[in-house]
Amino acid sequence: MTVDINLENFSGPLDLLLHLIKSQEMDIYDIRIVKITEQYLTIIDQMKQLDLDVAGEFLVMAAQLIHIKSRMLLPVNEELAEEEGEDPRAELVKRLLEYQRYKQAAALFEQLPQLERDVFLPHGVFEDLLLESPQDAEMSISIYQLASAFHQLMSHVKIEVFHEVVRENLAVSDYIARICRQLIDHSRISFRDLFHTGYQRSELVVTFLALLELTRLRMVGIEQVTTFSDIWLMRVATEDQLHRLQLTGGILDDD
Amino acid sequence: MTELKAVIEAFLFVAGDPLSLDKLADLTETDKTAIKDLIALLTQEYNRSGRGIHLVEVAGGYQFRSDPTLAPWLRRLQKERVQRLSAAALETLAIIAYRQPVTRAEIEYLRGVDSGGVMKTLLERNLLRILGKKDVPGRPLLYATSRYFLELFGLKDLNDLPTLKEFAGLDPELAEALPLEPSDH
Repeated sequence: MTVDINLENFSGPLDLLLHLIKSQEMDIYDIRIVKITEQYLTIIDQMKQLDLDVAGEFLVMAAQLIHIKSRMLLPVNEELAEEEGEDPRAELVKRLLEYQRYKQAAALFEQLPQLERDVFLPHGVFEDLLLESPQDAEMSISIYQLASAFHQLMSHVKIEVFHEVVRENLAVSDYIARICRQLIDHSRISFRDLFHTGYQRSELVVTFLALLELTRLRMVGIEQVTTFSDIWLMRVATEDQLHRLQLTGGILDDD
Repeated sequence: MTELKAVIEAFLFVAGDPLSLDKLADLTETDKTAIKDLIALLTQEYNRSGRGIHLVEVAGGYQFRSDPTLAPWLRRLQKERVQRLSAAALETLAIIAYRQPVTRAEIEYLRGVDSGGVMKTLLERNLLRILGKKDVPGRPLLYATSRYFLELFGLKDLNDLPTLKEFAGLDPELAEALPLEPSDH
């Protein structure tokens, strides 16, 4: 039997199995497990001969196939049958059907008109205009987006070259106080303005930590008007609370 | 009435992003049923053949979008090639879309492969959001699709996804396939 298959064309072992079942015109509910296992192992073996990294997942599936095959050869043990179901193939069939369903759903997604591929929008959204009304369809953003914005910011900072290493003692509380001062003056600050251009890496990190702490204390809200637009910090705390935070550097009296 | 229709049209044109009925009602100080009727009129006018722009309902709002059949022309405006979603990304997205909220382990069980890399890409492209943590040992993160996911595929809401019955129709044997219990693994 010649098998000419490139594993890279398959998104995983389930995909490969489905392909084998289809190409053999087998009934998915009645897989001839001996034949499929044999073919599957041949393919995996060939990949090894080609010195390709056979992904662990493909090997796990090989083990499962062999396990099913051995169970089908053994006489039915009632105890085991109760525990694992009557047909050793049942779980695999269920997984294959489920997987096939999502594979088809993915094909349908592919056909839907996609933004920037089939359908286009006018460019240049007037973000400033939208910002005028804070109750506009704002999305509260996730910590993930916040972190990636920070990552972007960090990538713009040049790597400094030092001759003499001066250790700066940066305290998060100082930076909390600094942000509080800014929030007392402005009810909203843009994420980018928070970080002075003169800041060094360590200062950026401490500022970010201060921001996270203030978010955790629910003293600021973080918003983004449109996807990929600027991130804004909103004052949530009262001025009183901010003054107190500024003094204590992030420690709130219980009230 | 004619004037209000023009106002709505202008708002949608200028906003660029989808505007909801609520938002339009707010902006025009008119009740939603009247706006809905006017939008229906506008939609008809725009979606008549021969117009390059369509008015579509997407992600809980209304938005002007180019006619999909004009894509070959409009691609000329693109400065760089848009990164297409890979088969693995679409597969993962399909699982999340239909089964949300879902954990990474559940996705990996269904796909049979490690999905960390794909999910990172989807997160970076803003197609997913993290809903919180599942109340099971290990407290894994729960993933769902984002609002931008709806915008990307031009879907009104999550009910607008192709129904399971529809794609069961592609293959009769799938009609019997019930969702799996992502259990032991």
